[in-house]
Amino acid sequence: MTSAREIEHFAQAEYKYGWTADLEADSAPCGLSEDTIRFISRKKDEPAWLLEWRLRAFRHWLTMKEPTWAKVHYPKIDYQAISYYSAPRSAAGKPKSLDQVDPKLLEEYAKLGIPLREQEQLAGVAVDAVMDSVSVATTFKQKLSDLGIIFCSFSEAVREHPDLVRKYLGSVVPYTDNFFATLNCAVFSDGSFVYVPKGVRCPMELSTYFRINASNTGQFERTLIIADAGAYVSYLEGCTAPMRDENQLHAAVVELVAHDDARVKYSTVQNWYPGDENGKGGIYNFVTKRGKCAGVNSHISWTQVETGSAITWKYPSCILLGDNSVGEFYSVALTNHRMQADTGTKMIHVGKNTRSTIVSKGISAGHGQNSYRGLVRITRNADGARNYSQCDSLLIGDQCGAHTFPYIENQNPTARIEHEASTSKIGEDQIYYCQQRGISAEDAVSMIVNGFCREVLAELPMEFAVEAQKLLGLKLEGSVG
Amino acid sequence: MLKITNLQARVAGGKQILNGVNLEVRPGEVHAIMGPNGSGKSTLAHVLAGREGYEIIGGTVEFRGQDLLALAPEERARAGVFLAFQYPVEIPGVSNMFFLRTALNEIRRHRGEEELDAMDFLALVKKKMKIVDIDEALLKRPVNAGFSGGEKKRNEIFQLAVLEPALAILDETDSGLDIDALKTVAWGVNAMRSPERAIVMVTHYQRLLEYIVPDRVHVLAGGRILRSGGKDLALHLEEQGYKWVKDETAGVR
Repeated sequence: MTSAREIEHFAQAEYKYGWTADLEADSAPCGLSEDTIRFISRKKDEPAWLLEWRLRAFRHWLTMKEPTWAKVHYPKIDYQAISYYSAPRSAAGKPKSLDQVDPKLLEEYAKLGIPLREQEQLAGVAVDAVMDSVSVATTFKQKLSDLGIIFCSFSEAVREHPDLVRKYLGSVVPYTDNFFATLNCAVFSDGSFVYVPKGVRCPMELSTYFRINASNTGQFERTLIIADAGAYVSYLEGCTAPMRDENQLHAAVVELVAHDDARVKYSTVQNWYPGDENGKGGIYNFVTKRGKCAGVNSHISWTQVETGSAITWKYPSCILLGDNSVGEFYSVALTNHRMQADTGTKMIHVGKNTRSTIVSKGISAGHGQNSYRGLVRITRNADGARNYSQCDSLLIGDQCGAHTFPYIENQNPTARIEHEASTSKIGEDQIYYCQQRGISAEDAVSMIVNGFCREVLAELPMEFAVEAQKLLGLKLEGSVG
Repeated sequence: MLKITNLQARVAGGKQILNGVNLEVRPGEVHAIMGPNGSGKSTLAHVLAGREGYEIIGGTVEFRGQDLLALAPEERARAGVFLAFQYPVEIPGVSNMFFLRTALNEIRRHRGEEELDAMDFLALVKKKMKIVDIDEALLKRPVNAGFSGGEKKRNEIFQLAVLEPALAILDETDSGLDIDALKTVAWGVNAMRSPERAIVMVTHYQRLLEYIVPDRVHVLAGGRILRSGGKDLALHLEEQGYKWVKDETAGVR
């Protein structure tokens, strides 16, 4: 196969996880009003303060406008045409162990290559599996609770640890933050909650697999992770979604808090349905992720491999409050077909001697549009702050686009800020050169893409790195002659 | 080993460049193909390697009994055709070592041999490094990225040494090299000479042939081999330049 066709073929690789599980959903009717929010809150048996918080957010949301500054284009979303709650019915019985979990659900996870049992026994990964909006199975809980670590669904945390939730909910992303985050505050369904107590190092990677399942259901996950002084936790988020035609809205919020000397590492591999090659269907992913380095010497690290969704609007950020705190952002974003990604980070330096690193790798293929948008802000008192940013773009074919929007705001003369950027293209000459050495065009593309992303993949936990590499490979599948 | 018969090719949808090339190369032989700029030397090299963008209008190429032109570029490479590029391509992010090991294992798999693991490969590399005096640090860097012109050429010969092809085509390997680098590269190529291996050098200058002495010299002009002879033909060219060639081609046309 010729390399020009190869490149084209690569750009046409299809989504492999297109299937829908037949699970009875317990859904809210379409539409958004205070009644909808009361319905959700009642469904979840929430305390009054939380309902009040949701309603405050909703009232504020009504005064807000959907942002238009991102370099993404999509038809206007009708927020009244979306159903804001859906739970797999079998979860109502609240299974105590995997044996009580709907076998169909387990089968789905097996298809995704994440058999819970195996993970439980072999991988040492505790999985808080989120199917649509309700957590279905939580493993390893006992082992974790022996260490005082709380790892549970958000709803459960509201019931069992209301003080912690109340203290930290909205402390990093306030309910007034932005259009999508505020919407999430009003209607969030479920998600994960992690608390690691003082001085405890979480002995395993905590992992959640998200699935968007019921048709026409917006997905509003809410995740809150707190690492108390001297604690360490590594959290993995990975997801795939079934193929369907309607656009699906997803507006998650993730809040991380790291106290003195604490470290939180948050890794994402995202492979939601990106729509077909003409841009029909696909997930709209409007996510707000933010971490607060509240304590001295605290450290928050975001790593993301974004390979799916029709629209990605996502800026995992760090607020570096504590002196000597460190923020990191490592990202691979792949856009193919008609996918559009506007992603990057914000590093807000407030404490003294705070450091941040940004490594962003954008891959554009087909008609994909990929934008890096990043803000580095050094505030007046952040003496000795340092930032290093590197933004690289890789183009495959000549129909795609890569864009970089770096913003730097510096109010402190002692700051050191470095920014490097590059754009390269997988050329036919590179593929030919590889072929002349015996490497097929498909393997060549895969090798070049993986080489391009290496610095970011290296930041992922081992098992996840393999998965991410496979995923990038999967995206290249079909380029075989 | 290689038998080219009346090969005619053109740039896809464009100008005809090869106008009936005939050439036979036997195992163990070193051939030099010389000619003025634009004579079709590099085109011939790339047509043999299978580069996209050329149309074969007529003729055949037989390589070890196979129809070479029917094979994809990577299949030709696995079958034993190696092209040392005039302008080696940079591949950022992919380490030289990883690249070369992948290539070698593709070729070994094709031959029905076991793939080499990282340790065995490293041992092989250490051995081959001496042939072209290449720096180990260079091998850990991305393929050709930021290499000097000389380093790129040396890297090509190093790859040749590791992949051990049956037929090595060297496209203007001497261009852009100073005399010391030229000697090093020539030393590497000479070390690769063997009764089983054929080498075809494409070059504009006679200079390279002082260090890699060919068995046969061919003059390519106007897309055809105008004259063939022993190594003395190259000296003749050195003295006379390519003017006579141009005159003769003009006559042909």
